Amino acid sequence: MILAGVAPGDRVYQLAITAFALVVPALLVLIAIAIGVAAWPAFATAGLSFITSSEWNVQAGKFGAAPAIYGTLVSSFIALLLATPLAVGVAIFLSEIAPKWLRQPVAFLVDLLAAIPSVVYGLWGIFFLVPMLREHVVPFLRDTLHLGSTPLFSGPAYGPSMLAAGVILAIMALPYISAVTREVLLAVPRSQRDAALALGATKWEMIWDAVIPYARSGIIGGIILGLGRALGETMAVTMVIGNRPEISASLLAPGYTMASLIANEFTEATSDLHLSALMAVGAVLFTITLIVNAIARWLVWRVASGPRS
Amino acid sequence: MSRRRFAALALAALACTSSDKNDDAGGPASRSGSVDLTGAGATFPYPLYSKWFSDYATATGVRINYQSIGSGGGIRQLSEGTVDFGATDGPMSDEELSKAKGGAIMHFPTVLGAVAIAYNLPNVTGELRLSGPVIAQIFLGTIKKWNDPKIVALNPGVTLPASDVLVVHRSDGSGTTYVFSDYLAAVSPAWASGPGRGKDVAWPVGLGGKGNEGVAGQIKQIPGAVGYVELAYAKQNNLPVASIQNAAGAFVAPSIEAVTAAAAGVGARLPANTDYRISIVNSPGADSYPISSFTWLLVYRQQADSVKARKLIDFMRWALTDGGKQAAALDYAPLPPAIAERLRQRLDSIQISASGG
Repeated sequence: MILAGVAPGDRVYQLAITAFALVVPALLVLIAIAIGVAAWPAFATAGLSFITSSEWNVQAGKFGAAPAIYGTLVSSFIALLLATPLAVGVAIFLSEIAPKWLRQPVAFLVDLLAAIPSVVYGLWGIFFLVPMLREHVVPFLRDTLHLGSTPLFSGPAYGPSMLAAGVILAIMALPYISAVTREVLLAVPRSQRDAALALGATKWEMIWDAVIPYARSGIIGGIILGLGRALGETMAVTMVIGNRPEISASLLAPGYTMASLIANEFTEATSDLHLSALMAVGAVLFTITLIVNAIARWLVWRVASGPRS
Repeated sequence: MSRRRFAALALAALACTSSDKNDDAGGPASRSGSVDLTGAGATFPYPLYSKWFSDYATATGVRINYQSIGSGGGIRQLSEGTVDFGATDGPMSDEELSKAKGGAIMHFPTVLGAVAIAYNLPNVTGELRLSGPVIAQIFLGTIKKWNDPKIVALNPGVTLPASDVLVVHRSDGSGTTYVFSDYLAAVSPAWASGPGRGKDVAWPVGLGGKGNEGVAGQIKQIPGAVGYVELAYAKQNNLPVASIQNAAGAFVAPSIEAVTAAAAGVGARLPANTDYRISIVNSPGADSYPISSFTWLLVYRQQADSVKARKLIDFMRWALTDGGKQAAALDYAPLPPAIAERLRQRLDSIQISASGG
């Protein structure tokens, strides 16, 4: 209609392109429907207790995914807490401070972190990270910093734990946040920096007051990309988190995540309800990811449309 | 309906299955390439099965494609009729059998596996002895220290540390877990009425590791850890394993001979009409290792495609005759000769329809 009266070739092109553009959202909707239909029996059986109950007992047919939901959120939160300052720091260093000859090699190595298969991270986690946490980091937190009395670091520390999962996720999310932040910082116009310096700002003031605010929405986008990586990561987390469906205040206690739960139990799930419960976990993970992305969009929009300081 | 179809689709995607599958096992053979039979299922016997299939292809030219996607996946694919045979480490339940689209499914034991109790006690050398009730209490979390009087009583002369017992179990659904929990349920009423038997169990205590390698990795890393792994895995990785008190009161270390002995102990009492969905845990006999199990091939009693059916039966006859010889070399226990003979005769009860081919 818009192109009425134009050459038929253009019309074919428009139709083709429109079809391509619609395939992707259609795919998303179809996935959501398929998971929703498959998950329905579990939701119908367990009701609200599916997301509030902590009892996951396949033999008894009781499916409460609260520990896995909790574990996914907490491990991803720890990951962002650790990765964000580090990744943004790396990006600032590489775009603003590092000498030219150092930028490319360091940026390349940081990006390379994203290329390591997650099972390799998992192996490294089992054989290096977990023993190191148990033998060095935990004693340091408890004996030197006296954090053992706080609930966060109480209880026995065997190694595989929520903390280990958070640390490994931080390393995996770091290159994503860092790469996006670096690109965004590099896109900040030269004039922005020159203006700040001309007004007598120090280099630090220039970065903090002129460059970072300009790049804020992009940096948040990078953090959300890292969060998406952390929420969905399966293999490496499964190998270090201890796979225990229990909610514990202590970060040193083992936990579980939704992705790990599905990966662990899917191959041997034979009963219809068990299979449906795993689909329901998938549906919850899907929903949480959508919500997180929606929040991110809103944050980026708010930051981008707000006044720049 | 759509849910089930979706499950089958998801399964197919997960296993990266090849595309040459019939929608209907009874339909005409339309597959491309030279694969004659397809199967799917248990990962535990996969190393042996793949050796069998390659030897059998060399000997007869019949090619068999087997996907080791797990017992549950094998049961689902056979029930849907997307494969010619399945394989499982735990017998199918009545409910699962009733859902099979192609009619009655027969269980054929092929070899035997065992579950070993591996541990990490750096200062304990020599044999560690455990009994069924003590293992159950460790995995129930009621025995918390290695120097618990109940463990000490079984191990006179061994100095056990006062450290915590850290339980490691499988986090993924597994036939190994089925066998182990089947044993615990057989020796401990508290376990039977609590966590029970299954491929996924609600463990009262402990850490979960993915796969035998995940469990073994955590046992190796954490002093004081104890867990269960397949015998073949424990042997090939030289993990220290406990000797376990069997039903006759003797302490038996896991070995191929002790596992075959467990099957012989049960096999001697099998009724003539058994469907072979039998547990051999806690088997009688002084030489029996108590945490042992069959692993099964699953086939439909009523075979619609006569060409495939004959190939399948010929292969199974070969496996039940010559297959046992390769088993020991790969750390699987062969069937006792008497059971293998009965199973060869049982192959005659598979019914081949006149049509097809």
